[in-house]
Amino acid sequence: MTVPAQLDRRFREAAAYEGLLDVGFDVVDSPVGALLLAATPRGVCRISYDADPEAQAERLARVYGPRVLRAPRAVDGAKRELDEYFHGRREAFDLSVDLTGAAEFTRDVLRELARVPFGEVTTYGQLAARVGRPRAARAVGTVMNRNPIPIVLPCHRVVGSTGSLVGYAGGLDRKEQLLKLEGARLF
Amino acid sequence: MDTVRLPPFERFYEENRDPVYAHLRRVVGAGAADDAFQETFLRALRGYPKLRHGEHLRAWVFTIAARVAIDLGRRAKPTVELVEELGVSDSRPAYAELEHLAGELPGKERAAVILRYGYDLSYADIAVALDSSEDAARQAASSGVRRLRRNLT
Repeated sequence: MTVPAQLDRRFREAAAYEGLLDVGFDVVDSPVGALLLAATPRGVCRISYDADPEAQAERLARVYGPRVLRAPRAVDGAKRELDEYFHGRREAFDLSVDLTGAAEFTRDVLRELARVPFGEVTTYGQLAARVGRPRAARAVGTVMNRNPIPIVLPCHRVVGSTGSLVGYAGGLDRKEQLLKLEGARLF
Repeated sequence: MDTVRLPPFERFYEENRDPVYAHLRRVVGAGAADDAFQETFLRALRGYPKLRHGEHLRAWVFTIAARVAIDLGRRAKPTVELVEELGVSDSRPAYAELEHLAGELPGKERAAVILRYGYDLSYADIAVALDSSEDAARQAASSGVRRLRRNLT
């Protein structure tokens, strides 16, 4: 006997509502493909282009605790803001993010990254300089590549010193698509 | 110490929701099954981080479901019968050995003895399953064992 879909939804809703989850997640459609969104009680902790819920749930459980459940309610805010972003109605995100487990350098870089404005680009070297490590462009590249919350933390706005896109964990096509959506002028 | 890691709750839930739902429909009836189902998995969610390993989760959640059914007070089946169904859902040699011995114990003692010695759950886990304190779980198991000894001699 299978649990009725409505009851299943009701339980997932109640679990999030009662604040019993370490992480709630959901998979949503977007113009750049399916996205897995995950949030802790402190904020959004993951946006992944790899929307395989099973593998992601394992990974999230290791970092944040075992109470990981697919619970759309937990990522309602993120879903709404992303939707507005993709429809050209939002340029900056108001979401809080949870960077538990990230090293200090990573946090510093991601915090600086969050300040790069909509529609503009910066380079790995400039970002490195802004966190006071002008020679750490390569390390900044590694942080971008492992960015746990792409789009909201806009690593797509970071390009090479010659203006080439260089790379993107979600694939260069997506990087280009996001920059186009923002109307960024590449030099 | 056992080091079997707890699976993400999502996986535990997906693996157990259908059998637990079917079980609750039988025990409390279609009318009350939905509420019992939700309460069972909310209790499981509350207790989940206290579990020390990922073994016998099926037995664990069925015990919670049994408590919920009793608490609902609808067609409450005694724990004795509910624990019997554990043997069906998660057969284990140790359980089979214990079954005929523990058969005459009162419900709560029987559940505690079987979960402790048949399934090797910790008292903390048994407490969550029986919705009692860890001390009460330990006490139920030990008075169950004492009673077994008396019965055997």
